[in-house]
Amino acid sequence: MMVHRHAVVLAALLLFCATSVAAPNAKRQAQLEHLLAQDCGACHGLHMTGGLGPDLTRATLAGKSRDSLIATVTQGRPGTAMPGWAPLLSPDDIRWLVDLLLQGYPAP
Amino acid sequence: MIRSTLLLAATGLLLSACALSPLRGTGDLGVVVERTTGSVQIIESDTRTALARLEGFGDLSHASVVFSRDQRYAYVFGRDGGLSKIDLLTQRIDHRVIQGGNSIGGAISQDGKLIAVSNYVPGGVKVFDAVTLQQVADIPATPLADGSKRSRVVGLVDAPGQRFVFSLFDTGEIWTADFSQGSTPRISRFTGIGQQPYDALITPDGRYYMAGLFGEDGMAQLDLWHPERGVQRVLGDYGRGQAKLPVYKMPHLEGWAVADNQAFVPAVGRHQVLVMDSRTWQQTAAIPVAGQPVFVTSRPDGRQLWVNFAYPDNDRVQVIDTETRAVVADLRPGPAVLHMEFTARGDQLWLSLRDGDQVQVWDPYSLKQLSTLPATAPSGIFFSSRAQKMGY
Repeated sequence: MMVHRHAVVLAALLLFCATSVAAPNAKRQAQLEHLLAQDCGACHGLHMTGGLGPDLTRATLAGKSRDSLIATVTQGRPGTAMPGWAPLLSPDDIRWLVDLLLQGYPAP
Repeated sequence: MIRSTLLLAATGLLLSACALSPLRGTGDLGVVVERTTGSVQIIESDTRTALARLEGFGDLSHASVVFSRDQRYAYVFGRDGGLSKIDLLTQRIDHRVIQGGNSIGGAISQDGKLIAVSNYVPGGVKVFDAVTLQQVADIPATPLADGSKRSRVVGLVDAPGQRFVFSLFDTGEIWTADFSQGSTPRISRFTGIGQQPYDALITPDGRYYMAGLFGEDGMAQLDLWHPERGVQRVLGDYGRGQAKLPVYKMPHLEGWAVADNQAFVPAVGRHQVLVMDSRTWQQTAAIPVAGQPVFVTSRPDGRQLWVNFAYPDNDRVQVIDTETRAVVADLRPGPAVLHMEFTARGDQLWLSLRDGDQVQVWDPYSLKQLSTLPATAPSGIFFSSRAQKMGY
């Protein structure tokens, strides 16, 4: 159990390192955070508690696959109002946003 | 002793201040929603100034406002289910209730006595006494097939005959709730009206209720003169088309412009404003514009339209001549234009710049900016003259 938890923490750290290598710079991060709160927030709520779109709080996203979240943001979700953001955001931008959500946004 | 003398003096001053404060009307007042701080400014169009800033409205990330028929009170519908009643004269929150968990908009009844709120969570409509905000009626929406929750409700408007009309996003329905016989409404349900109605409007005469569909092309139209004829599908081409373009912000149908028997609506996803004949409801033209339109707002004289756009073109506003259908001005007011509101007679246009933290006042005839007012991430702007318009 303990070992397992350490492995998870290690994996998370590795993941964090892996993403931070290609992470957007500070200015871009500020723009993305603004986009998340204001434009994503138009459907998902200013505090990610949901609206026309589902809520995206850390508790709700817990256990969801990072890759599938990245795919949803990139390609959108057919049959719903969720657009694909690939025309407007880079893969790095999208990964950074998904990680921010997985860590919990807005920060508690 | 000294203290009580001071108190007396202060009371006297206060009283004389009250007695001296001039009488005033509220017809040139309005409110500006500040979405991130949960606050509202009271504005005066005549002097182009802010009179007061009120706080404590909760989550206003999606907010709308209606006015009492005497134009004294503004009812603010917040995202978090908050319903607040502002007294524009005393500049205070008169009443406030949390009526739902996640709400999207509201309406005031024809007689001004009822306030209806449409909710995502719990899916349905709740109706309140306009004076006390006590609940009068609860209209739960259709449960979803898996029984987990009820359909989200959108496009709530008031209609003649003391009715409210609204659409059920998840189950594809339009309902009317008739309060003419008292506080227990008579509900009429129109099912199978199309996939995912996302917003709706009522024509200025209160006759046609039109819901835009997100899940398929076309609009669902209910003729309120003839509800027995059911919901018709109009504007078959209206929608995202086969390509299903990504839509970065849902277009708003409120403020739908009708001029000279033409109606102008924001296309869904496409960079176009669509024109249709408002007698036949057939599309007659598509005007290319700078981005995905959000609001298509008509100057009250109907001659020009102001159009704003979804991200990433939300720093622009285009002005369209309704007669020639030409874009006559391409304005760059600043970052993130969210909403535009004309004064009732159209001598001013106010617009909000969310990311510019300001509200701008424009002369819509000379197309010159007249003034700016500071505001924190402003979104909706609402003038009290809405009180006298159906569907607002």
